[in-house]
Amino acid sequence: METISTDVAIIGAGGAGLRAAIALAETDPTLRIALISKVYPMRSHTCAAEGGAAGVIKPDDSFDMHFDDTVGGGDWLSDQDCVEYFIHEAPKELLQLEHWGCPWNREADGSVAVRPFGGMKKKRTWFAADKSGFHILHTLFQTSLQFPSITRYDEYYALDLLVDDGRCQGVTAMEMRSGELRQFHAKAVIIAGGGAGRMFPFSTNGAIKTGDGMAMAYRAGAPLKDMEFVQYHPTGLPNTGSLLTEACRGEGGILVNKHGRRYLQDYGMGPETPVGQPQLKTMELGPRDRVSQAYWHELQKGNTVTTQWGECVLLDMRHLGEKKINERLPLVRELAEAYLGVDIVKDAVPIRPVVHYMMGGISTNTAAATPLPGLFAAGECACVSLNGANRLGSNSLVELLVFGRRAALSAIDHIQNLPTANTAALNARAEQTQQRISELFSRSDGTESMSGLRREMMDTMEKNVGIYRSEEGLQEGVSKIHELRQRYQRVILTDKSSVFNTDLFQALELGSMLDCAEAVTVGALARKESRGAHQRLDYVERDDKNFLCHTMVHHQGLDVPRVDYLDVVITKSPPGVRDYSGDHK
Amino acid sequence: MTPLKERLVQLEVLRYNPDTDTEAHFQRYEVVCQEEWVVLDALNKVKADIDPTLNFRWSCHMAVCGSCGMMINGEPKLSCHAFLRSYEGVIRVEPLAHFPIERDLVTAPDDFMEKLKRVKPYIIPKEKKPISEGEYKQTPAQLMKFRQYSMCINCMLCYAACPEYGLTPDFIGPAALTLAHRYNLDSRDGGRLARQEVVATHEGVWDCTFVGACSEVCPAHVDPASALQQMKITSSIDWIVEHLIPGGKS
Amino acid sequence: MSRNPLVREVPPTTWFFRHPRYLRYMSREITCIFIAAYCVMLVVGLQRLAAGPAAWDGFLLALRSADSIVFHLLALAAALYHAATWFNATQKAMPIQIGEDFVPGSVISGAHYVAWAVLSIAVLYFAGAF
Repeated sequence: METISTDVAIIGAGGAGLRAAIALAETDPTLRIALISKVYPMRSHTCAAEGGAAGVIKPDDSFDMHFDDTVGGGDWLSDQDCVEYFIHEAPKELLQLEHWGCPWNREADGSVAVRPFGGMKKKRTWFAADKSGFHILHTLFQTSLQFPSITRYDEYYALDLLVDDGRCQGVTAMEMRSGELRQFHAKAVIIAGGGAGRMFPFSTNGAIKTGDGMAMAYRAGAPLKDMEFVQYHPTGLPNTGSLLTEACRGEGGILVNKHGRRYLQDYGMGPETPVGQPQLKTMELGPRDRVSQAYWHELQKGNTVTTQWGECVLLDMRHLGEKKINERLPLVRELAEAYLGVDIVKDAVPIRPVVHYMMGGISTNTAAATPLPGLFAAGECACVSLNGANRLGSNSLVELLVFGRRAALSAIDHIQNLPTANTAALNARAEQTQQRISELFSRSDGTESMSGLRREMMDTMEKNVGIYRSEEGLQEGVSKIHELRQRYQRVILTDKSSVFNTDLFQALELGSMLDCAEAVTVGALARKESRGAHQRLDYVERDDKNFLCHTMVHHQGLDVPRVDYLDVVITKSPPGVRDYSGDHK
Repeated sequence: MTPLKERLVQLEVLRYNPDTDTEAHFQRYEVVCQEEWVVLDALNKVKADIDPTLNFRWSCHMAVCGSCGMMINGEPKLSCHAFLRSYEGVIRVEPLAHFPIERDLVTAPDDFMEKLKRVKPYIIPKEKKPISEGEYKQTPAQLMKFRQYSMCINCMLCYAACPEYGLTPDFIGPAALTLAHRYNLDSRDGGRLARQEVVATHEGVWDCTFVGACSEVCPAHVDPASALQQMKITSSIDWIVEHLIPGGKS
Repeated sequence: MSRNPLVREVPPTTWFFRHPRYLRYMSREITCIFIAAYCVMLVVGLQRLAAGPAAWDGFLLALRSADSIVFHLLALAAALYHAATWFNATQKAMPIQIGEDFVPGSVISGAHYVAWAVLSIAVLYFAGAF
């Protein structure tokens, strides 16, 4: 097996991975950086983010307000030292992107424009029409091309971390076009592998979001944190699950049920605000968890609209007018028109909540360091505890930047004065990966089909770990996912070819997703309270006495994972009431 | 509510496996699809239910990641944006033209990636300033000047459509050159002359014979043909200034 | 058991039959043959003029032949088609931005047609056509 020696290996070349690579290259041009990704950088799912990125820039805004919005939006499960660091770094990172050429929308005077977003008390979301993530990703990717010290390994599927002497010292990866394994010996590894939304059948996530990075760290001994918090975005297209950005509502779109009633006012987000004059932090600009939960209640009450794609509510943007829609929401118009046949200028568009984002992930601290020395993580795959129990829209794009860079700086600190690596031990670890893959290829007694297992996993997650959860459903989910993990050991490959074998990669991705799914179900079952995106029908209240803490899930091979808890860092904002009613502000 | 309409779709897919094949061949699949599906959905159903050995790239299913470019009935398309309702009869699916085929519908984009890098697609600042001094001011009009050209998703459909690229592989090609133009037009940028060394050359804009196919197939409405013609004009003006005006220097 | 990328060559002489848009492109390019031939004919005419009245009269007589008239009609059609494709292309090469908006392409191309018509009328006027 070929060995590639490098200083820092980065797994994942989306927003966080690219930001980390650039930070490394800028800080120390002598560092050798290996940027490893299973897709070409511009295919990374950062490109699908639409609405924008939050950072305090305007004179009427303040860091304190961004802090309060984030902590309250996260239902007090955010680590407040982390939030503090984040809000101060956010504008710097967004300005840095501006200097690198990101085409942010502008005010008439040439300063950057901001738009309102859900759960935010002030307009602070920087945006590039409704393709903000796309522009951020491409700006980062194109900027990265000028640094000769960044060596890209595009379409390399990362397999296992190399851990020796209690430190992470590299990773094995398969070159997808040849099927050959390589080992990367690195002084530090940064995982920026994205989320795992594809474990659900109905998701805004691209096919690549299968939690490989999370699962890799988890198997290597780093715990996954707060995995039960899965965000449903309130407004997805009911057939494809494509995202219609929160900016639809930020710009003034309204949600109505089959009676034409703006039902959010019935769920603590009223009173009704005038149509076309969105008010911050109330009604349609409530936080995602509350808005998605309101849909569930409307569904129970029979207030949803029955469409050929299932039960929906309506997102009405007609009053915005064609000019504003074309200027601010061109992608939304195209998506609804192409995939649903609805022109949002002329008709309200049916939508329903869709799995969008994982608040949980590889446990990291504010320095983007995992408990495993030498391993750092950033972006959706990490849980730095910025987002708590519910992420506010437009915080995640900034999270990529802030913690991508921070992971790079922490990695540089880590690699100073390291003891010499034990190459033989690393080679032996890499050999284990080789054997795992060979075994999968040569397995002749396999009985389980990959697509069959995948379908069962998705159905289980949808049925038992949805917007509202119960003891009974979660029990079923835990045992079913556990069973699927056992059956996965007998999965059989149909395709035994070496070149670009997507049957193999889909099987490996399924393994990652099952690991992540188990952490989600186990965490959800253990958390007997309702907080943010984790809502229990049998424990309807938030329980700060017992659950103001992070769920830490530890991998135990094929056994059920071990769960323990970590205290939430509270610095200045004691748990309070999340208030999204507009009437007493 | 009426249920979704279903339809039996016939796909003819180009297969190639370097492990076993010396040449590519077509394979026929029949799969029941919903009328509102896209070609990618049909391929995914084939892969899940009929033939797991069929290989293709895809991710976002919303025409923004650029992974799933293919030739569909001879036309370069994002398969996630090629609606079954637009096709009758057998749908012929091939890998993107003008790129080497690794396997099945998977092509090798190395040449494009290399060319993208050559055109220096990043801000070369006119005047550097620290982050602490805030943003570079840019009016909405200055933004609109280049915004269209910043929309390229690097899907390479334009390369598959461009006969010039097919015949002259040295040609830098539509998407990469358009990105150079995008940065040249950005009010924050001062790197045009540095890019001209690559762009204002035979294998740069002067290899373009203005077939215009790039703009016709672009799924992001970028209009590379327009960008390249504009660059030819600027290059010509540079040449005139340099060679015909005494003391002129481009 | 490894990579062996398959390159499908573009047929150098028949590629333009692959798609109607390539045929449209080739038909545009072919018009240049007629335009070049017409230029050659004008040069020959000049040479005849320089050679004296007899040569010039012979040239004029040849112009009135049936073959010549057919060639002129073809050359005119080709020139018109070429000019039209060229004018339609101007909107790509010369976008005009006013404030945040771009002038519609049809206006830019349309302006070229108008200028063409005005110049043609002027030429015909000075040639004594009316």
